[in-house]
Amino acid sequence: MSQQNEKKITLDPVKFRAAVFDHMRSEDTGYSNYSYWKSTFRTFFKSKAVCALVILICGIILMSFLYPVFSDVDPTKRSLIFMDWNQKPSETHWFGTDQLGRDIWARAWYGARNSFLLGFCIALSDVGIGMIVGALWGYNRKMDPVMIELYNVMTNIPSTVYLVLLAYIMNTSFLTLFISMASRGWIVEARFFRNRILSIRDSEYNIASKCLGTSMWKIVTKNIIPHIISLIIMEAALCIPYSIGSEVFLGFVGVGMPVDAITLGNIVNQGRASFTQHPYQMLLPAAILCIITIAFYIIGNKFADASDPRNHV
Amino acid sequence: MAKYIGKRALRSLLTVSIVFVAVFMLLRFMPLEGYFSDEMIKEADEATRMSYLRNLGLLDHPLVQLGRFVKNLFQGELGRSLTVYPKVPILTLLKEKIPVTAAFGLVSMILGIVFGLSLGLIMVKSQNHFGDHMGNMFILVIRAVPSILYLFVIQVYVSAWLDVPMLFYDNRPNSWILPAISLSLGSVAWYALWLRRFMVDEQNQDYVKFAQVKGLSRSAVQRKHIFRNAIIPLVIYLPSDLLLIISGSLVIETLYSIPGTGGLLTTAIKNQDNNLVQILVLMYAVLSVLGVFLGDLLIAFVDPRIKLTQKED
Repeated sequence: MSQQNEKKITLDPVKFRAAVFDHMRSEDTGYSNYSYWKSTFRTFFKSKAVCALVILICGIILMSFLYPVFSDVDPTKRSLIFMDWNQKPSETHWFGTDQLGRDIWARAWYGARNSFLLGFCIALSDVGIGMIVGALWGYNRKMDPVMIELYNVMTNIPSTVYLVLLAYIMNTSFLTLFISMASRGWIVEARFFRNRILSIRDSEYNIASKCLGTSMWKIVTKNIIPHIISLIIMEAALCIPYSIGSEVFLGFVGVGMPVDAITLGNIVNQGRASFTQHPYQMLLPAAILCIITIAFYIIGNKFADASDPRNHV
Repeated sequence: MAKYIGKRALRSLLTVSIVFVAVFMLLRFMPLEGYFSDEMIKEADEATRMSYLRNLGLLDHPLVQLGRFVKNLFQGELGRSLTVYPKVPILTLLKEKIPVTAAFGLVSMILGIVFGLSLGLIMVKSQNHFGDHMGNMFILVIRAVPSILYLFVIQVYVSAWLDVPMLFYDNRPNSWILPAISLSLGSVAWYALWLRRFMVDEQNQDYVKFAQVKGLSRSAVQRKHIFRNAIIPLVIYLPSDLLLIISGSLVIETLYSIPGTGGLLTTAIKNQDNNLVQILVLMYAVLSVLGVFLGDLLIAFVDPRIKLTQKED
């Protein structure tokens, strides 16, 4: 026989007494001071790498917009002196100069600013229009046949057609690039949001909430919007690398911004032409471009993870 | 089932027709000067130019042109290229170019599936360890960095490192390796990313815990339960991928100067080669609509839980 069975268990009457019913404390039990946004940001900033990336990207954005303020280097200034062409990176020209003697460091920052502007505009229109259309689409199943048809048609028309056509009507510019890129982005986003809203709307917790008599308004604001807002931020963040990549691609194809416009796409594509002799002309601006796209990609994905309530503790 | 297929076929026909008519009409908005070659602009007078356009039927009402095009199409006459490859029959052009692109596409698709799924499996097995981190790095670079940049760097540095030619030669098989691998990188990353995500999702399901409780080994659960369920959402894209391999990759075919279909559509749009654009858009639209349709059929075949025809309730 083991000793445990022989041990007598005595309850300390001081420690074990019946609780007195307290109305105030009984209300307390189901309450936790959970706040969706606080938890999201706490989870998001828990990782030091993410903090560093956010600081880095804020720095790059500030730098690209403020560069013209504290530097008077003209990114379009060509040099007629042979010695100024194709200079290697040095103290005066941090990224060297290109074949026309233009300072690549200055061009990279002006280009980054234009790429950011394009990216922000695309993000705003794609995600903004896509979200509104997607919300209506998700709530109105009657729109399904028309919208699916529209989606199939829009995604099958090559966007180069709009781009070339617009380039004839008005000159190729920021606007034509924006229109042709935004022309199909919104419906892709709309379909994404529609699928999400549909699955959230019909998920068990919402049906349960509806059965318990929660008002429509409360379901939308408390149960659906938090999920959608995180997706909106994620999609907007992912729009930046996408639009920068598209701009580089269009420049490569030869239907992008005019050659004298300063964009990251143009700088990289021009650097590619002289890559064998002067690799730094492409690699250094491309490094800035990659830092921007990779940082936004990571931030977008990490934010999506952090905003998922299942990851909150 | 037959009713479902019939309905889908009709709707697909509608989609393709709308896409085609839209592109056809958009092309008619292009300026007439775009149809002339450079020497024609310099040398020919107004009357010659007009008779040139009249001979091509470009001065007729767009609807007349559309009718003529459709009539010719049903007689098996695809027409001739206007500006990109002047007077070459489009059928000859496609017969020449599609096999090259399709061969590369097929090889890279197989590489993509084999290596993508293997990478995904490795990442799941070593979750949050070295293999997983390396895989994530790879996916991050491929998806966030504009493809032109890494493809160009691969072309320049890896070809020197492996001592293979930088351009494509149809009589030197060692010049085919790099383009095929480059072409598969995107799909390797795509398959690895989604297989990993879906498998991680499936791992937390109750049936997996049940299978483990029953005493199945870890690898048997992985293989028989998790993998099979995780692969289902990926299967739906297989038919589209397979059919659209003939559209090729613009960037890779331009970089390695492969005589395929990759840049054909964009070049044709830029040069206002109406006939070529119309045929290509029609072809790609039919294939992509067909691909989606086959994907839906395939997923119903693979996953018995999915029913294509909705129950009447």
